[in-house]
Amino acid sequence: MVFISGAERYDSPGQILSWDDSRGEFKHPIFWASIFTKSYKREFSISDEQLALVSVKNHKQAKENPNALSNKTYTIQDVMNSKKLTDDLKLLDCSQPCTGSASIILATEEITKKITDNPVWITGIGQKTTSAGFTKNETFSSMESTKLSGQDALKMSNHTIHDIDVAEVHDAFSVCEPMALESLGFSDYGEGMDMINNLYDTNNFKINPRGGLIGSGHPLGATGISQTIEIAQQIQSNSNKRQVDNANVGLVHNMSAAATSSTVLVLEK
Amino acid sequence: MSFESELSKGEFTIPECIECKKIVWPPTEFCSNCFGEVCLKKGVFEGKIIEFSKQNETYFCMVEFENTVKIMAKMLKTPKIDQIVKISKCGIINDNYFFQVN
Repeated sequence: MVFISGAERYDSPGQILSWDDSRGEFKHPIFWASIFTKSYKREFSISDEQLALVSVKNHKQAKENPNALSNKTYTIQDVMNSKKLTDDLKLLDCSQPCTGSASIILATEEITKKITDNPVWITGIGQKTTSAGFTKNETFSSMESTKLSGQDALKMSNHTIHDIDVAEVHDAFSVCEPMALESLGFSDYGEGMDMINNLYDTNNFKINPRGGLIGSGHPLGATGISQTIEIAQQIQSNSNKRQVDNANVGLVHNMSAAATSSTVLVLEK
Repeated sequence: MSFESELSKGEFTIPECIECKKIVWPPTEFCSNCFGEVCLKKGVFEGKIIEFSKQNETYFCMVEFENTVKIMAKMLKTPKIDQIVKISKCGIINDNYFFQVN
């Protein structure tokens, strides 16, 4: 049995990957996020207003999460009127670095059965690093490492994406949510925002029920564990007002270094 | 002589393997494909703008050279997708590479 903790301070230097020299002087994450956003909007004819819905949805869902950094809700106009960071990115499109920690217990099957009547099993794991540098991405409108790690995790778990009842995806910036949904196979390429629109309109918390990174805050070293806790609690029917109905199979998507590296877990009862 | 030492003198070079002729990016001393010795091609290289955005009055662009080497570079005039550009300034300041194209 092992106890695993992730922790981060709001001012951690780890937010900026100083070793990725091909980014030149543009090493802050807002620059790769701006390139992703511009590329995604260009390729799929998506507007800033459409993408703003990601932030609106995830802040709304975070209101039901007592551990979220903020319980404020916003309108699309609030997102559009928030501080302009670049031509393609507003402040409310971004997750907020913060101080936080999260912990889980991992145990063997034998020990798990002794210590709980309500276990959550990891049935699939996928991890893929496509390169060490943002500029080596082949495309800037999808996440290749997410696609490959998702396929591996689903294959190991003997599930397809259609079996997933609830998921936490790595919405570091608004554009990351539709890109992740598309790369994981939840929707076709260019149709991630249609899915997000539908979820919002029907008050369906299936994607990022705790509010994702945008709604909950992003303590980098703790985020992956926090995502995993959320999906475990969903599967244990222990998520109170943000509980997704019939959550039997869940997925956790975490990525880093401008989507050059992704990890996907499949969890289930 | 390394990519970084040339860059620090304001010269942008393209690393290429002497053995297999592949461009080695990011730059390393030995080829990432065949471990062959790497040389630095000098010249005025043409790059293509793949994507760009803007912060305040500064455009930042993803620029690709020789279908392999991609860098983030500053540009003062309005870029266009697929526009052909050349390095106008480059170097290392405060341990950070910088590139400017026009």
